[in-house]
Amino acid sequence: MVAASELRSALTVLVIAAILFIVAPAVIETYTLTVLIIYGMLALSLGLIWGFGGILCFGQAAFFGLGAYTYAISAINIGESTVPFVLGIAVPAAFAFILGAMLFYGRLSDVYLGVITLVVTLIFFKFMNSTAGPEYVIGNARLGGFNGIPGFQTLNVPGDPGSYIYDVDYYWFCVVAILIVYALVRWLLASPFGRIAVAIRENETRVELMGYDVRIRKTVLFSIGGGIAGLSGTLFANWAEIVTPGMFSLAQSAEIIIWCIVGGLGTLVGPVIGAMALAYLKFLLGQQSLVDNMMLLGLILTLSVLFLPRGIVPSLGTLLARAMPKRRRKRQHHRRPRRDAEESRGEVLDG
Amino acid sequence: MASILETRGLTMQFGGVTAVDNVDFKLQRNELRCLIGPNGAGKSTFFKCLTGQLKPTGGHVFIENEETTGWDPHAVSRLGIGIKTQVPSVMDGLPVRENIWLAAYRTHGRERARHATDSAIERLALRDIANTAVGRLSHGERQRVELGIVISMEPWLILLDEPAAGMTGEEVARMAEIIGELNADAAIVVVEHDMQFIRSIAKKVTVFNQGRILVEEDVDTVMNDPRVRDVYLGKKV
Ligand SMILES: Nc1ncnc2c1ncn2[C@@H]1O[C@H](COP(=O)(O)OP(=O)(O)OP(=O)(O)O)[C@@H](O)[C@H]1O
Ligand SMILES: [Mg+2]
Repeated sequence: MVAASELRSALTVLVIAAILFIVAPAVIETYTLTVLIIYGMLALSLGLIWGFGGILCFGQAAFFGLGAYTYAISAINIGESTVPFVLGIAVPAAFAFILGAMLFYGRLSDVYLGVITLVVTLIFFKFMNSTAGPEYVIGNARLGGFNGIPGFQTLNVPGDPGSYIYDVDYYWFCVVAILIVYALVRWLLASPFGRIAVAIRENETRVELMGYDVRIRKTVLFSIGGGIAGLSGTLFANWAEIVTPGMFSLAQSAEIIIWCIVGGLGTLVGPVIGAMALAYLKFLLGQQSLVDNMMLLGLILTLSVLFLPRGIVPSLGTLLARAMPKRRRKRQHHRRPRRDAEESRGEVLDG
Repeated sequence: MASILETRGLTMQFGGVTAVDNVDFKLQRNELRCLIGPNGAGKSTFFKCLTGQLKPTGGHVFIENEETTGWDPHAVSRLGIGIKTQVPSVMDGLPVRENIWLAAYRTHGRERARHATDSAIERLALRDIANTAVGRLSHGERQRVELGIVISMEPWLILLDEPAAGMTGEEVARMAEIIGELNADAAIVVVEHDMQFIRSIAKKVTVFNQGRILVEEDVDTVMNDPRVRDVYLGKKV
């Protein structure tokens, strides 16, 4: 029963998203849409580990940047893009696994976890900025300091380095990528692993007393989040055709957190919508100089925390549930009415 | 009969406070033991040392002749030990059924988890609230949910820290009944302040005071012991 309704709701989201992605190019350029999707995926990675795993990582940008740099460096050295693409996911995932293991096996508190992930991001930022000299090379790739790394092989059809996937094709590639990632994450969350991860968020002690090893589970989840952020970074590298230390910046890390809060934690769709909406707004604002960008972003965050403390998507869910009370009641007639209303709220959330 | 749980010189210090002080404790298979003592006597701390939630600062814990001192809670739990903590430890944001399923899944695997969940829900009369988030329930209901978590794991050693607190008279009677049933397959240690309740279930009683075992006798002897009356000064024994 649970599985069937889960499947239905996941499919609904996928179909609606696919339709929107097909229609969207009529309104917004695919080049811009592509980066919105990439940011959406980045937000999804934090939305997963924070919203469902309860792990607040202030340094999700570290995995984003690491994925991008891994792709760029290995693409220069290898040429063909398939292996670099895989490495762009695997290296950040492995790095997140090691970092996560140190944090979770060390039983650091949430605050320290936040601080350490932040510091790791800063270290990457500082280091990459300081690599301007010719001595900083990996194989044939110069790290390039604050100028970053340009001129690497971008995504090609596997096995055929001459045929690039770019422009509108690349847009569709990213659309398919985010739909697949979304589907996989939904599946993960519906699996026992995902259910236990949510239980850990709710009460770590109880889950341990049930006999689950919480440390390895948090480490694995953190690593999955790192891998998705790395994929997002890899896609970003291919979109921008250059990687720069700015990907590791504090501003980038903060933005991911803001996307999740505004969009709505505890859902997957929320962070994606939050990221796409805010990034698009930023893009529009970037074309004028009347209002300062960061200030407006801060204002939006403040307003949304004040008026929609649970985020856009969960609040919309509540509204929808109120608008359609009859249909809900029919399905849950045998339960107490007061609790009913509250439950249906929870049900709509899990999109 | 060999003991299935034993502590030797178990000690837990918090800075200058010795919450558990050199405790030697033995429990037989399928025994039902009550643990009483005034507030701050160290009962909950003693439990936490047994389950691995706290690493004792001294002494040893043996479970079925295996030394488990300093083990992590999940490893101790996997031996077949369930605990109901003093403040109900449940997943507030999740429905009752999910709370219990998570415990059942760990012990029984996917195939049998649903059945184990259903039977725990039946047994604790949780069916009407099975889909309600635990955070919305009363204290007594949460106590029952936590007991559901524990029994769905089918442990052979159960530690219950004030299981009847916050329950109505009817619920308390039902709790005593359930404890009796569980005792058929498991050894149980119950911490309680409610003397009526203890009389209704207990055989042997251990009295804690200031981290030490004061008396360990059958229930009637303990109730009539003047030392026990003294430490419970002001409380009806
Ligand atoms: N984490 C801790 N840090 C410091 N002191 C603690 C800690 N946990 C318990 N104590 C102290 O240890 C002593 C024993 O506490 P414990 O909770 O075990 O008592 P108890 O017998 O369960 O009491 P109650 O009947 O009130 O539940 C108390 O003095 C308490 O203040
Ligand atoms: Mg206590």
